Amino acid sequence: MSTTAPVPISNSTNGHNGRAVQERQSVVIRFAGDSGDGMQLAGTQFTNASAIFGNDISTLPDFPAEIRAPAGTLAGVSGYQINFSSQDIHTPGDQVNTLVVMNPAALKTNLKDLESGGILIVNSDSFGTSDLHKAGYEKSPLDDGSLKGYRMIKVPITSLNRKAVADLKLSTREADRCKNFFALGLVYWLYERPTEPTLRWIKDKFKKNPAVQEANVRALKAGYNFGDTIEALPVQYRVPKAKIKPGKYRKVTGNEALSLGLVAASLLANKPLVYCSYPITPASDILHQLADMKRFGVRTFQAEDEIAAMGAAIGASFGGTLGVTGTSGPGVCLKSEAIGLAVMTEIPVVIVDVQRGGPSTGLPTKTEQADLLQAMFGRNGECPVAIIAASTPADCYRMAIEAVRLAVRFMTPVFLLTDGYLANGSEPWDISGLDQQEAIPITHPSKPNQDGQFMPYLRDERLVRPWAIPGTPGLEHRVGGIEKQDVTGNVNYEPENHQHMVNIRAQKIANIANEIPELEVAGPSEGDVLVCGWGGTYGSLATAVEEARAQGHKVAHAHFRYLNPFPRNTADVLKRYKKILVPELNGGQLCWLLRAKFLVNAHSLSKVQGKPFLVSEIVSEINDLLSQ
Amino acid sequence: MSTTSLPTLTAKDLASDQEVRWCPGCGDYSILAQMKKALAGLGIPREQFVFISGIGCSSRFPYYMNTYGFHSIHGRAPTLATGLKIARPDLHVWVITGDGDGLSIGGNHFIHAIRRNLDIKIILFNNEIYGLTKGQYSPTSRLGTRTKSSPMGSFELPLRPISIAIGAEATFVARTVDTDIAHLCDTLQRAARHKGAAVVEVYQNCNIFNDGVWDYMKDKSVKADNVLYLEHGKPMIFGKDKNKGIRLNGKLEPEVVTLGPGVAQDDLLTHDEKAEEPTLAYLLSRFVHDPNAETPFPEPVGVFRAVQRPTYDQQLNDQVEQVIKTKGAGKMEELFQSDDIWIVPEETAQS
Ligand code: SF4
Repeated sequence: MSTTAPVPISNSTNGHNGRAVQERQSVVIRFAGDSGDGMQLAGTQFTNASAIFGNDISTLPDFPAEIRAPAGTLAGVSGYQINFSSQDIHTPGDQVNTLVVMNPAALKTNLKDLESGGILIVNSDSFGTSDLHKAGYEKSPLDDGSLKGYRMIKVPITSLNRKAVADLKLSTREADRCKNFFALGLVYWLYERPTEPTLRWIKDKFKKNPAVQEANVRALKAGYNFGDTIEALPVQYRVPKAKIKPGKYRKVTGNEALSLGLVAASLLANKPLVYCSYPITPASDILHQLADMKRFGVRTFQAEDEIAAMGAAIGASFGGTLGVTGTSGPGVCLKSEAIGLAVMTEIPVVIVDVQRGGPSTGLPTKTEQADLLQAMFGRNGECPVAIIAASTPADCYRMAIEAVRLAVRFMTPVFLLTDGYLANGSEPWDISGLDQQEAIPITHPSKPNQDGQFMPYLRDERLVRPWAIPGTPGLEHRVGGIEKQDVTGNVNYEPENHQHMVNIRAQKIANIANEIPELEVAGPSEGDVLVCGWGGTYGSLATAVEEARAQGHKVAHAHFRYLNPFPRNTADVLKRYKKILVPELNGGQLCWLLRAKFLVNAHSLSKVQGKPFLVSEIVSEINDLLSQ
Repeated sequence: MSTTSLPTLTAKDLASDQEVRWCPGCGDYSILAQMKKALAGLGIPREQFVFISGIGCSSRFPYYMNTYGFHSIHGRAPTLATGLKIARPDLHVWVITGDGDGLSIGGNHFIHAIRRNLDIKIILFNNEIYGLTKGQYSPTSRLGTRTKSSPMGSFELPLRPISIAIGAEATFVARTVDTDIAHLCDTLQRAARHKGAAVVEVYQNCNIFNDGVWDYMKDKSVKADNVLYLEHGKPMIFGKDKNKGIRLNGKLEPEVVTLGPGVAQDDLLTHDEKAEEPTLAYLLSRFVHDPNAETPFPEPVGVFRAVQRPTYDQQLNDQVEQVIKTKGAGKMEELFQSDDIWIVPEETAQS
């Protein structure tokens, strides 16, 4: 159960320095500043400290597409939002309770998300005339009364930080680089966070540069002590540990979890992973991480383009290893023809699509889930592939293994859809027991399979063809993109054969439904509204449906992790609710598929703003639908 | 993966059961025949060969070889070959491509496979035309070539495959002619023995859409004057009477000279396929037959360049092996390690 506003759950007690301490269930903090201000780092550190402290967490980094937009401009604002809680939470939070802004541009772009009465910490040193102009302010909002609906705390962060590191003989630039840690220290004080994890991180990170190391330590401590001293902060807040399921935890982002999942799959299948990719936001981090995991037998190939990455993945799988490619929507466009080749040749291969805002270059750093129909239909001919999607950052691990499992079991390309929000967002991940997972069995034939001859398209009862690999004597055979004769695999243009092969390829994918889990429903097994979703919207949908139920409605939630084929009980589940609502960060693509496939009157809730759903947006749509 | 009794394959063992469907008289037949002959002589079992092609007449090639084969999509054969060699450096991988497949739609992959020195053999059938799509001009078609898509004559400057390969830092580059079967077989064998990316341009006649385009290289009456056989360490001499040669003038330009008074054999360029710098090879790649020139240049055939450089697949796999050797193979339980792991014990959960 989650709430996003800070609800006091006990009366104030006295804290450090005689200051009052108030308990909160959940708090949402956002750090915002120029992309050079180190906000992502501050946010990550705060997340780690909170996770280690024992809160549940959910994060939302938000950075500009430009690596270095002009300093101080609106285009250059970078933010990091953290929801930390004593409860089980699924989203980074609708509304921000505490906003830290390092300059006027950050104030301007982020203020609308701060709750009224929320805490606003500003670096007052960066509100000079030119800073204000760059952000498009005529006069300073700090002085004109426009912020009086918030609890504003003006802190001259830049100058206080410079003073704190004054005797370390750093250049002004170097000194100013630590100011994010000053701000972080202040917020650590405000929310009683442990500083040790960050101090440890600083010591390790800057061990080669003692002066910078010391400066960052001092900045953090100075910020912390500043909070302890000044009168402007009359209270501290306490967010108690969450009642998290016992286990061994670490924090993980979606891209990290996905990389680890691919490597785990390779260990479970006892096959080297060959990851072929071309740099593209927001998928590149997978390539980076895997390139550094050679110890696990991983081969990475940074291809000359997206097409080459796809072709190489097919080549690697043809050779008997696990060929995987990773990209985002624009890359999928380029890979389409080669994906069709893998469908035709029935080669196992995984295509990871970390979706971003489209069409075309679109919003490279923002999230969206508008590639579902591209994955489904974006190729010439009748060209079915398996499609699955991860629903949370940690779930990327499990679904990566699942993608590999399905690919090799059914000799087919498998799309694994994630998105920018999952890729960069993080959550605690229970890693206990993960080293005990079911193996992925793979067999390659070593002998002819029909009358002393090898028939590459002779199928088993699930319609799957054998995976014979080059180097095996006696099984020499040719595959290719031209239509095949079933069984022999020879080139064949006959009308009946083509019909047969198109049917077979479709049926083979349909057969996957026999081996995947049924669709699970959270909430009543029948009722007024079923909220259906897929992918990274899981947290918002789950939270919204829980809230609607708390309001007394008969509402349930079904989140699709398998999108092609759909789970075998889907039709049955859809029938049991009066109305179906499908919130998606696209124009209504799953909704379209459900309507087409199951002839249900599903309602779409569409959002395409490069941002996740707010819980309130979904709750109000549920209420609208109920009142119709 | 080697067999106990090394196979003495014959060309016939390498023929698949598929009916060959090129137009009668097509130059591809000869290349297929010489390929089978060349491979049979290598002492490598046939299951270790993989032929990968793109799209085009030449790309049907893998179907006719009784080896492993992959008829892929237009221009992309080198990409599949790259993945395959990364996965399986033990295999002998051949890419069969053409001027349209390899230099137009697949130009990018052609360059990068060569640049990386991937250990593959790329055989580029150059017929200066799109055959399978029924006769459009290609990136190697000569200026003025009249086709269905260039009815008034092509005005696009043609690419020179060998120049491109050298520009892409090729370690092995050669040229041969479909009808010159001994030379063709020889050149394919040399490519096969090269460790690294080997590019062989084969002048191939498309008798349907571009017939006779290589006649000046084949016709007995003029061939000797138009072909320069490259031989490592030998002076560049050609001509019916073996009295013409290539000399470098003071402006670093090659010129055709006649041996005799004032021009001794020592003045001529000597072929050096092993030269570290590809300057000479590049210079040779620029020789183009111009029937209107006063002293026309011969077009070189043979090995332009053959040098050694570590291969991509080898280095990639070496890195993996090296890190496993020094740090040990990664295990499942290590996968989840992170700097910040915290335990939520049973009691906290119940409190
Ligand atoms: S069209 Fe030309 S290249 Fe193609 S098979 Fe016929 S003759 Fe050969």
